[in-house]
Amino acid sequence: MQPVISVKDLTKTYASGFVALKDINLQIQRGEIFALLGPNGAGKTTLINIICGIVNPTHGRVTADGHDIITDYRAARSRIGLVPQELSTDSFETVLSAVKFSRGLFGKAPNQTYIEKILCDLSLWDKRNDKIMTLSGGMKRRVMIAKALSHEPQILFLDEPSAGVDVELRHDMWEMVRGLRTSGVTIILTTHYIEEAEEMADRIGIIHKGEIILVEDKAKLMDKLGKRQLTLHLQSPLERIPVDLTQYPLELSVDGSQLTYTFSTRGEQTEISDLFQRLAQHGIGFKDLESSQSSLEDIFVNLVSERV
Amino acid sequence: MNIHAIRAIYLFELARTWRTIMQSIASPVISTSLYFVVFGSAIGSRMTEIDGISYGAFIVPGLIMLALMTESIFNASFGIYMPKFSGTIYEILSAPISYVEIVIGYVGAAATKSIILGLLILATAQFFVSFEVEHPLWMLTFLTLTAITFSLFGFIIGVWADGFEKLQVIPMMIITPLTFLGGSFYSISMLPPLWQKITLLNPVVYLIDGFRWSFYSTSNINLIVSLGMTLTFLAICIAIVWWIFRTGYGLKN
Repeated sequence: MQPVISVKDLTKTYASGFVALKDINLQIQRGEIFALLGPNGAGKTTLINIICGIVNPTHGRVTADGHDIITDYRAARSRIGLVPQELSTDSFETVLSAVKFSRGLFGKAPNQTYIEKILCDLSLWDKRNDKIMTLSGGMKRRVMIAKALSHEPQILFLDEPSAGVDVELRHDMWEMVRGLRTSGVTIILTTHYIEEAEEMADRIGIIHKGEIILVEDKAKLMDKLGKRQLTLHLQSPLERIPVDLTQYPLELSVDGSQLTYTFSTRGEQTEISDLFQRLAQHGIGFKDLESSQSSLEDIFVNLVSERV
Repeated sequence: MNIHAIRAIYLFELARTWRTIMQSIASPVISTSLYFVVFGSAIGSRMTEIDGISYGAFIVPGLIMLALMTESIFNASFGIYMPKFSGTIYEILSAPISYVEIVIGYVGAAATKSIILGLLILATAQFFVSFEVEHPLWMLTFLTLTAITFSLFGFIIGVWADGFEKLQVIPMMIITPLTFLGGSFYSISMLPPLWQKITLLNPVVYLIDGFRWSFYSTSNINLIVSLGMTLTFLAICIAIVWWIFRTGYGLKN
């Protein structure tokens, strides 16, 4: 299937000489939710801005729904909606006129019914005649989403959508994003809230210092790079791990009271029952146990720190 | 052509005029009326005719041009600078709209506002002095060309400016002096011979002189030369705007 966004050998060097993107190659599949993760200054916003036409690329080619963003920019841009990171709004405009303006800007004829639906979906209908400057930060974020959706885009970029948004709105937004995906919209989001990517994304891309260091299906990524840990609280402290148990990835706490067993999330865990039998043979009993699994955040931090 | 986008920008910009009607329309009309009172009635009553025209009537075209130029620059520069300042320029740049369409939207709205203002001042002037426009079509031609040209010039300033001071500096430091020294309040034939030659370096002289001819059929400069200079300035502005969009200067990183 043809990707809805295709980025090939994309490079961006700013006039100052700063290289923001280095040979980026990326394909976004139609209808997926793709989360682009990366630390501050990694190049996430530059990448989005190039795809949306806000920043000129230095080298490389980008297509949106098969249309080149430079040579066929009208077709490419008409398919894209963007919710930028900054809360950039026309403060003196009303919600309704701002959203109508966005629809017109993207070449769509006025459609009162559709605009009303968007505003209702985002709980903005009651505020439609309010000036944007009178709204809270969360409501302004909703207005920006409404503006981005006003021209019925097939691809929606959400650049840090949860920045400065309270928990309730964040969950509302997640629901809305899922609803958009169900209706066939492809979502690309950047976020600092890795919980957000873990909650919503189908695939994860990690960008660091202008380079894509990983693109993977979220479930596979969690499976491949995720770790589980089993911690045993021992009945009696151990001085050291018995020699014939060193074949297991075990770690003894400093005070000898806890034994931690680290294993992959992949495959069947027959090794655990073997370990328990061997511990029993050595007379090592435990009074409690707990298990934990690494989050996407742990994976992200590990991957990025490996590169530093 | 993305007609909906042009319409959206055009109406959005015009809406700002109605929102700020005191600043956009009332204030320039009142200021110009004060010029008529001070220069036309108070001082003008003590001055002789210029080229067979009463002083009050003589300054009408110059005052309209003064307002037209300053307001065209202000409207267009503010129109494109504000999205840059507030960050909403992202929406313009990411929309499926060509550079020509962006310019038509912003410059068209700015020029429309200025033309409306010019016609309002023309109507207001009737309350203070008696005059007739002998060549109304030429008058409208000069009015429209000047409004478009200076709106384009304002658009360039708005793109170039990275702060409110820069937005003001060229209109205040260059355009206003050139307009005052361009024959708004006097005929260049009243100047000493050397200054008559020097003043021809001022492009505004040609605009005011051509515009005044459309009122009274008298001019110091040939009409075709005035028209040619106006069109030259228009062409220069178009070339600069074309370069801005080709390079992304001031708009795209």
